[in-house]
Formats: sequence, structure tokens, C-alpha cells
Amino acid sequence: MEEVDVEPAITNIPAASAGTHLGFAWGPGDILVYETLYKASGAIGSGCPCIHEVRKDEDIYSPILRKLFNESHHIFVGLQTIGEDLPSKNKKPQFVSISKNYRSVIRACMEELQQVAVSSKVADVATQYGNQVSILLAIELIWNLCEVLFIDAAPAGSLLLHLLDWVRLHKADVDEKAREVLQSESPAEHHDYWNVVVSYVLQGRLEEARQMLVKQATLQPAARSMYKLMDTLLSKMPFYNPGGTQTLTEFDVKWRHWHEEVDRCLQDNSFASNKHLEVICKILVGDEDTLLEHKDLLSTWYHFLVTRLLFCHPTVKPTELHYYAQSCLTMFLDSRSVPEPLDSILLAAFEFDIHQVIKDCSIALNNWWFVAHLTDLLDHCKLLQSHNLHFGSNLREFLLLEYASGLFTHHSLWQLAVDYFDHCPEFGRVYLELQIERVPLDTERKALKVLRICEQRQMSEQVRSICKIMAMRALRNNRLGSALSWSIRAKDAAFATLISEKFLQDYCARGTFSDLDLIDNLGPAMLLSDRLTFLGKYREFHKLYGEKRSGEAAKLLLSLMTAKIAPRSFWMTLLTDALPLLEQKEVIFSADQTHELMFCLEELTSLNTTAPGADGPMQDEDTELTKVELLRLALARNLARAIVKEGTVEA
Amino acid sequence: MFVARSIAADHKDLIHDVSYDFHGRRMATCSSDQSVKTHSGSVWRVTWAHPEFGQVLASCSFDRTAAVWEEIVGESNDKQRGLSHWIKRTTLVDSRTSVTDVKFAPKHMGLMLTTCSADGVVRIYEAPDVMNLSQWSLQHEISCKLSCSCISWNPSSSRAHPPMFAVGSDDSNVTYGGKVQIYEYNENTRKYAKAETLMTVTDAVHDIAFAPNLGRSFHVLAIATKDVRIFKLVPMRKESTSTGPTKFEVQIVAQFDNHNSQVWRVSWNITSTLLASSGDDGCVRLWKANYMDNWKCTGILKGDGSPLSGSSGQPTAMSTVVGSSVHTSQNALNGMSAGRYFFPPLDLPRAGTRYGHLLPPSSLIEHCDAEPIQPQQQPLPHRHSSRALLPLPEAEGQ
Repeated sequence: MEEVDVEPAITNIPAASAGTHLGFAWGPGDILVYETLYKASGAIGSGCPCIHEVRKDEDIYSPILRKLFNESHHIFVGLQTIGEDLPSKNKKPQFVSISKNYRSVIRACMEELQQVAVSSKVADVATQYGNQVSILLAIELIWNLCEVLFIDAAPAGSLLLHLLDWVRLHKADVDEKAREVLQSESPAEHHDYWNVVVSYVLQGRLEEARQMLVKQATLQPAARSMYKLMDTLLSKMPFYNPGGTQTLTEFDVKWRHWHEEVDRCLQDNSFASNKHLEVICKILVGDEDTLLEHKDLLSTWYHFLVTRLLFCHPTVKPTELHYYAQSCLTMFLDSRSVPEPLDSILLAAFEFDIHQVIKDCSIALNNWWFVAHLTDLLDHCKLLQSHNLHFGSNLREFLLLEYASGLFTHHSLWQLAVDYFDHCPEFGRVYLELQIERVPLDTERKALKVLRICEQRQMSEQVRSICKIMAMRALRNNRLGSALSWSIRAKDAAFATLISEKFLQDYCARGTFSDLDLIDNLGPAMLLSDRLTFLGKYREFHKLYGEKRSGEAAKLLLSLMTAKIAPRSFWMTLLTDALPLLEQKEVIFSADQTHELMFCLEELTSLNTTAPGADGPMQDEDTELTKVELLRLALARNLARAIVKEGTVEA
Repeated sequence: MFVARSIAADHKDLIHDVSYDFHGRRMATCSSDQSVKTHSGSVWRVTWAHPEFGQVLASCSFDRTAAVWEEIVGESNDKQRGLSHWIKRTTLVDSRTSVTDVKFAPKHMGLMLTTCSADGVVRIYEAPDVMNLSQWSLQHEISCKLSCSCISWNPSSSRAHPPMFAVGSDDSNVTYGGKVQIYEYNENTRKYAKAETLMTVTDAVHDIAFAPNLGRSFHVLAIATKDVRIFKLVPMRKESTSTGPTKFEVQIVAQFDNHNSQVWRVSWNITSTLLASSGDDGCVRLWKANYMDNWKCTGILKGDGSPLSGSSGQPTAMSTVVGSSVHTSQNALNGMSAGRYFFPPLDLPRAGTRYGHLLPPSSLIEHCDAEPIQPQQQPLPHRHSSRALLPLPEAEGQ
């Protein structure tokens, strides 16, 4: 089969067409295009300062097609989990049922679209939905045929029955016409009466044809025997019963007998007096010219093919199909020169050229949904390998990645895409990593959702990055608590230090802590950075002090300095915090502890004198000195009291 | 493909560059605005830093400088976008000629900014404190000998790949040899050293772009020169004792002259499944590889000759643009051109009409056709291509 030549699709941009350049910028799901002028030496020019946003896939914005994406996603995920252990023979019914599920989703979507299209008052919308319906119809038609030929892989005998079902399903206008005829006052005289009867026969719906014929027979008592004969012929036509005991050969013999009988009736002009019955008889005998005279009722070459097989080759083997398909196409389309893309696709299917089917569908249909899901299913059926050793899972993954990437550009459908990427062994993970980073983190909730997806997949770099982005944003917006909790999640020590520093600065400035809940419940996260540890411990000191647990508070305060947890710059604050504890009536700091406090103070003051001016502006020096004096006094008094007290107790 | 909407940018003059932020929510544009009639001062390019570093932009200009901008949110807790504003954090003045490209290094390297200039020098700056963007230290100055026009970092964060960038030259003298050089960081010397020169690219190079690595061992580089070229750089096995830069086996993957003449820009989409290029034919062309790695043009974006004028364009789109000039205050100081910054409207476009390609085979559609429906030309910006844009799996052996 000849390759369909793919010319690149041209998209017109409302911009000047000559003399300028088009600049562009990629976005996550679209491309921005603008008029510009590239020149090495710089540009003068007055272009249009307009930027055009070009999107690739508009289907994903359709609210109805959204259901198609959602529901097929469930089916897809189910398909991926079908046990590998089952021998492939046993899986066939499962694959067929999955295929049917996909098709019923398409049908449901199609019907909904159809309703909207019909009820819409806006012509544009109606056209748009109508077009989507016609594409879904084609998709379903192709899918159904692929199901019959590739997935179900019906053998000779059953094959024709499946094909008949396929044609009946997609040529359902007979039923509507029949209803119209039957509801009329005199059905037998309705102008569509014979059309309906012939259509039934063409589809092999002989029971229904007979019921229609009865209405005519009662009107023409003179021709009763002729009608009776036709009725007998119709009722006697054998159909293969795959579940029955009859072998295909037995059926073939029986069918030939019946065929000869019909042929005899035609030869001895049994129906010569009634042209309608004669036409039906000719159809039953498979007369090609008569069939082709009913092109309007057949409407498509593949209906013609199936009808021709029904009345000429009911035991057609799958391998023979392509021959009949090709000849039927040629016979049926003689007036039309070029087959439509749909014709080529169906023909390729009849030729069992799966690869060509997928390829042509990719070209002809403006969406990846169909090819991705069908190819995935065919790959699970192990059909791609046997047809083409070089492709197979490669092709499956290629198409799934394309489809999922499209979904990812949508503000909510991207979540479905995650599962598709999960089932692409080669590049799925990298694609997910690249795409999920680009999901806009509009809210904390959305960020948590994205984060969870990354965490479940151990995508540590993305987890870190998301937390970092959120922490940075919170910090820029002066939401320190949120910034701290995000940087703890990101395990970003440097950032946690920076934010702890801000908390402490805030405390020094205002005398209170914000986000107490968070700081009080840091737990082991406190160990992420030294400064964070200090922040947590310092807050703990305030808590103990507030709860009047002075002894513990004093011990903690001292340890913050002696264990070098507190930054040197904060020591004066800590010592000042010790003042009220020193002034209590009760002795809280022991003699040893007081010694240590004094040592800290001296260390601090000696440092300050060696590096003058390093700590605060000049005007603060006086207050600073007073503070030191006060501390020294308080410490000395406390030491005295502590020695006395300790001596008393031991004595 | 279809034009979902058109947005009137707050520029009075030609747009030189547009850059989408990381999440595709905002765009930065730069221009040589009406106020500046001379060439000097045109802002060539604008680029966003990774959001891990906050909302940070860098721009480079003909005025020999590059600038770093930061968005500041107002003190109040009111999160209204309008309250934020952009301030210029620093101006990098080391170049003595026009700064032709500016790019942030991959985020795993920290907040690093690279510029290249017409005098052939690549400069790598680092912000040691991400909270203080007014301090940038010049870490590396690499002389490329040829006038530089473009630079691209290899985005791979794999430990197997040391930091690496490619620089292109628009020097049109063919006798100067290869116009694309690859530099790689050497851990031992702590310097960048030339790893490779693409000797086959002898014409002026206007743009260059590394593809996302996708976990592969090799790198893919697209080049805009007199045609579009895609190269594969396969690192050769290194001797364990060798301390020199990696050597690469350079393979050309594809070469397209469909733009007829000069190609000015090349750029990859997020997953590097599509390469876009812009050239003298006035079109943007989209290139795609099928699963057998055969590259093909799958789409063309071209002007239809009906430019929307700035004022009469899209009133709806314009009204949603929250204009806020970025460079305004600085313009007064240095008389240089302006970049503008604005937020595109966030509402989604409604899906457009699509034309069916297949015969409606059943009754359902006949129903539909019975309705008296006239397909109508939709007003702008909902323009549609009636063709499917789908790249195609090639048949074997073709």
C-alpha cells in the first residue's frame, strides 16, 4: 500500500506574511508566536506588538470529550494490570471485552455530542460538535473492525457473522426507516417500503425482511405463492453457528444446496412477475450487478463487501479478505477517483496491515487518543511484534507518550497522564519528570497534590524542587511559617537556616514568635540545621519559662550557650533572658551554673572589646554597658545566694 | 494547531524576544521601543530563572550590559498581583560590546547567569546569596575568539555529565572554521575548557539549543545557521587517568534547508519531541522525529498577511493585560530601551471548530447534517487549520 504523503500542516497566524520574521517561544503546552525582525546588527522596524498563542490540541478542552479521556483512562489502567502469568489464549476474551469497553465509551460520548449538536442553537457549536461526532464515528468504525479482525481474530465462518454485526451497527439508519414505514397508515404502500426490505436483506437480517414481506403478501393474494416461495428461501438460508455441533464443511455443503435452490428459482423465472422479489432473489444469489445497483442503500464499499461475502463466500477465511476488499473497493468506487482516508484505513485493516492502519489513522485523525489506546491494546494482544519485529512496544510507547504529553497541557487532565507515563517503561519516567515540574503550583493544595505524585514515585529531585519553589515563594511573600515548613520538606538546610534567622530577627524586633504551632512541633526536623535547632530550643525555653518551670528553663538556657547551639550574636539576648531568673527569690541557677554563665558573659565581653564597633552602633554602647553591669551584679548576687544555699543543704 | 488567542503586548515597537516563565503562566517580552530610535539599547533577549530562585528575569542588550530583575511583592499580606513590581537588581557591565545572549545555568549548579557578547567572551556569574541578587561575582571569563551570538547550557543534571555549554558565533567568515564550540567544566582545574568544535558548521550561527537529556548517554544539539541542523554528541570513553575534557563523537542527525535562507532561532519543547525554528522564509517550522528517529517537518506557522494592529486588535485580550513596565525607571537613567512585563489572561480559550476528515458513515451524522448549519468563519483569534498536525510513524524501509 502506498504511503500517504504527509505535507506539514500549515497554521495561519494573523501577522504580516512578507518581509518579517516570526519569533516564537515554547510554553509547557503551547507556543507563542510574534512578528519580529532578526538582524545581526539590530533592527529598526515597527512591527505589530502582538503575541499569538498557538495550541496544538483543542480536543482536550471539550467538556464532553473530557469524559472520553477520563473513562478510557480507567480502562487503560485496568488493561495494564491484566496478569502476565495467564497464557495469552486465556486472555483473549478479556482483551475483547476491554476493546468493547473502549468502544462503548466512544459510543456514549458520541451520543452526548450528538444531542448537544442537535439541540444547540449556535451554528458554530453545532458544527463543531457535529464534526467531533463524525470523527468519533469513524474511530468507532475502525476500532470495531480491528476488534473483529485482530483482537477477536475470528476464524472462517464466525468471521462473516462478526462482519455482519459490524455493518449492522454502523448502518443503523435502516431501523429508523423501518420504523417510519411501519408507523405509516399503510406500510406496504409506503414509498420506502421496498427500500427497507432490500436493506434488511442486504444486511442479512432475513427475519425482519420476512416480517415486512408478510405485509405485502396480504395485500396481494394473487401472488401469495410467489411470496410464500420467497419466504421459504429466506427462512431456509443457513447461517453458521460457531457454538453448534455443525462443522464448517457441513455448513458449506448446506449453504451450497440453498444457493443452488435460489439460483434455480431465478433460472425458472419464479419471480419474473414481481420485479422487487426478483431483485431480492438476485441479491440472495449474490449477483454483483444487482448489488451495485443498490449503491444508495449500501452507501459504502465495505457494506457492499460484507453483503457480497454473505451471499457468495460465507466461509471466507481471514487471509482471503484483502482480495475481496480490494475488488469491492474498486467496483464500488469506479466513479470516484480517489479513495478517502477512511477507505485506505479500512482496506489496510482488511489486509491485516496493522502498522499501516495505525499510521494512516495518525495522519487522518486529529487526535492521539485513538491510536494510542488501540496500539496499546494491540500490543497487549502481542499483535505488533508478530507483525513487525522492529516496532511493537516502541510504537506503543511513542504514541502513549504523545497522547499523555497532550493531556499534560490541560489544567486538570494532566493527572490522568501520570498513569500513562507510568506504563511507558523506556521514557515514561523522564517525560513525567520533565512535565510534572511544569505543572503550575497555584495553591498549596495543588503543590501538595503534585508533591504526592512525585513522592509516590521516589522522584526526589522533583520533590525537592517543588518544596524549594514553594518555600521561596512563601518567603518572598513574608509567610515565614509556610516557608519554613516547605524548606523542612525540601530538607534544604541552608534555606532553613536563613528562615530561622528571620524568625529570630523577628523575635528580637517584636519580642514574640509567629507560627508557634510549627516551631513547637518541629520534632526531629529541628536537626536539619543548627540555626533551626536553636530556634526550636530557644522557643522551648520560652515555653518552660512561661510554664514557670524555672529550673528546666535555666538549664536549657545555659546549655544553649555552653553546647554552642546558640550563635554568638544571640548570647547577649540569652543572658538578658537569664536576668529575671537570677532575680527570683528562689535560687534557680546553681553555683556551678552561675559560674558558667559568668564565663559566657566574660567571653562575650572580651570578644566585643577586641573587635570594637562590630556589634551594634555607638549610641547603643551605653545601654550595652549598663546591661553588662546589671548582669554582672545579678550573677554575683545569685552566686552568693547559691553558695549559701548549697552549703546549707549539704550541712 | 490553532491560534487560541492573540495578546497585544505593551510595546510600541518590534518585539525582540518573548520568554515564558517556567510554568507557562507569565511571559516576559523585550523590545526596542518607540522612545529609542537608534539601534543602541535594543534588548536582545530575556530569560527567566528557575522559580526555585524566586521570580527572576535576566535581559541583555546592545548597550553592552546584562541586567537581572526581581519581582518584589508588597509588604502587605494582600496577595493581589498588582501589588508586585519588578526592580532591577544588578547591571552587569563587564562586556565592552553588545551582549548578545543571556542564559541561566541549570538549576542544580546554583543561581548562575551566563552572557556572551560580540567581542567573543562568555562570562559566567554567580549569585552566592540567592536572597541578595544585587551581588553577582564574575566566576569565569572564557574567550571564544569569535564574535558570539548565542549560548546554550546542556540541561543534563546527571553526574556522568560535567557542566557543559555550547556557544555559537555569527561571524560569517567561513575560513575561521567551526562556529559552534562546546565547553566543559573541569573539576580539577576548576575552569571551563573547550571540549569540541563542530568543524562542519562554518557559516554564521544565530541560535543554538541543547535538548533535554531524557536520561540518555548522548546529547542532542540543534543549530540555527543557514539551515536547521540537529547534532548528536556522543561522549567517548574517557581514559580513567585522563584529566582533559571529554571528547565527543559528533554525528549529524538531520539537516533541513526548508527555510531557504538564514535560520534565526531554534528551540525545543519541554520533552524535546518537537523542535521549532524560525527563518528568513517568515515561517516557524516544527520538526519532529518519529519513533525510528526520522526527522520531518510536521507543521508550519506562517503569517497570513493580516496583522492585527496594536490598537484595533483584540479588545478582550487587551483589557485583561495587566501592564506593568519593568524597565521604566531605569530607562530614564540610561536612556536604554524598555522591556515590558505583563500577565496574560488565564482563562482558557474555548475549543474551536474542527473539520472532519472522514466520511460520516452512519445515521447519527445524517441527523446532524439535517440541521441547517452553515460552517462559519470564526472571528479572530480562533483561527483554525483544517489539517491534522500529526507526525507519522514511517513504514519500515522507507
